Amino acid sequence: MDIPLNSSAKSNMDTKENFEKAKKAGISPLPQKNEGNKTNINMTDGVLIPTKKNKHLISSWRITFFGAILLLVCLCAFVTRTNSQGVTTHPYWEIFKFTIKGAPVTFECTIFAIVGAVLIGTLTGLGSVTKNRLINGICGVYVELIRGIPLLVQLLFLYFAVGSIFHMEGIIAAIIALSICFGAYMGEIIRAGIQAIPKGQIEAAKALGLSKSQVFFNITLPQTVKIVLPAIGNEFISMLKDSSLVSVLALSDILKRGREYISRTFLSLQTYLVVALIYLIFTLVLSRLVGLMEERLHRHG
Amino acid sequence: MAKIEIEHLYKDYIKNDGSILHAVKDASLTVKDGDVVVIIGPSGSGKSTLLRTVNGLEKAQAGHIYIDDVDVVNPKTDIRKIREEVGMVFQSFNLFPHISVLNNITLAPTKVLKMKKGEAEELAMSLLKRVGLEDKAKERPSNLSGGQQQRVAIARALAMKPKAMLFDEPTSALDPEMIKEVLDVMIELAEEGMTMLLVTHEMGFARAAAKKVIFMDAGEIIETGTPQDMFTHPQSPRTQDFLNHIL
Repeated sequence: MDIPLNSSAKSNMDTKENFEKAKKAGISPLPQKNEGNKTNINMTDGVLIPTKKNKHLISSWRITFFGAILLLVCLCAFVTRTNSQGVTTHPYWEIFKFTIKGAPVTFECTIFAIVGAVLIGTLTGLGSVTKNRLINGICGVYVELIRGIPLLVQLLFLYFAVGSIFHMEGIIAAIIALSICFGAYMGEIIRAGIQAIPKGQIEAAKALGLSKSQVFFNITLPQTVKIVLPAIGNEFISMLKDSSLVSVLALSDILKRGREYISRTFLSLQTYLVVALIYLIFTLVLSRLVGLMEERLHRHG
Repeated sequence: MAKIEIEHLYKDYIKNDGSILHAVKDASLTVKDGDVVVIIGPSGSGKSTLLRTVNGLEKAQAGHIYIDDVDVVNPKTDIRKIREEVGMVFQSFNLFPHISVLNNITLAPTKVLKMKKGEAEELAMSLLKRVGLEDKAKERPSNLSGGQQQRVAIARALAMKPKAMLFDEPTSALDPEMIKEVLDVMIELAEEGMTMLLVTHEMGFARAAAKKVIFMDAGEIIETGTPQDMFTHPQSPRTQDFLNHIL
């Protein structure tokens, strides 16, 4: 997310000023402890998530969303073409009908892979914060390794290289590769979420006699979930877009169906336009849903 | 109630640059059953560290801490059992922000003591009444002022029916007008005969409630005495110097 630089610089200055003031007054300037969960995880990927607070994002979301829908509807409804036999067709409508049939595959990959990624990410995140050095090391290497290799390369490697030894279907390979790849990013999100819980709370819980697992399930976990949910939603959006890479595994997702259509009709401009609009509309709907979810979470404390 | 005996306690830290910091050096003190003992000293003198070794939040390297003759430093001791019996109040309150004030108090009794929910809530309400916050039971901690949060934190610790209480600078993070409401609760607790070990700079509290005041500097206990003796005729020049700065 792009946060305007000058505003953060300004707030830094403000705290510095307060610090100086407090020093002059002879009071030890205590750091402002943040008791609530105001921790924001930096989102590295995905689209901006609009909430009611940032009005300009909502309006730009509206313009893009309704613009995309309007454009798609107009193209499908009003663009006609008459062939040599004098038959009139709606080419965009034909393209839309053909490519949208890839949506179930796209969503299947995305939904299963996000479940897999959350599972792997939870294990990795927990592994990164445990005191066991071996587990720390394994999780760290996994994260570094996966984040350093492009998803497309991972997909091809899993399907063609590993797949030559252990045969697997394209969809399985796609879901596994997406899960492993996003699991690494998810692991970092969950690690950050766990570490965002102030240490004092853990100490207070321990001081009351709670066991390690009681502390985890009653204090750490419920707060971590709240912190990471928006980030996970954002990963889901990224994954929906990146799932288009699975088309290289001969899976009939939206993009692959589009390419099939082009190979028959040579309507590349029209087809890619429709494919782009379909992805855009899906992504915008999802980002709005994530925004609403985040708003709800904030409202409930 | 319980007595706390600390004998020849050592606690070292390895600093980032690899050097060793002796946070607590050969500290010995006794808090008798029902007594209130206040530790004072400049920042970084090891007073908080000493306090935190008593319930095992910091592990001591050498020495003994006996709570009713059970040695906390002994690795065989069940530290959770000790923590059930010794309540602690922190400078930054450390309430759990995701649950209500009531649930902050009932959490440990229901999870650790396996108390029934209704019973725990009844106990929590009586404790909230005692600290004057029964109308805040359903609120989230973030809706409370600092003083109110600290009173809830005291109630939360009391819900475990502790034999002794540790206070780590309980009023240092509070605005001046809120200090009194917290101190009042603490004085009441002292009057009821709670064994208390505190790190605080509230000299008024020390005068009113403390049996003993301990002055620490650079990890060592320099001087011990009654509040009157300490504040009026400190023996050590380091104590005199420190008191001159804060009084």
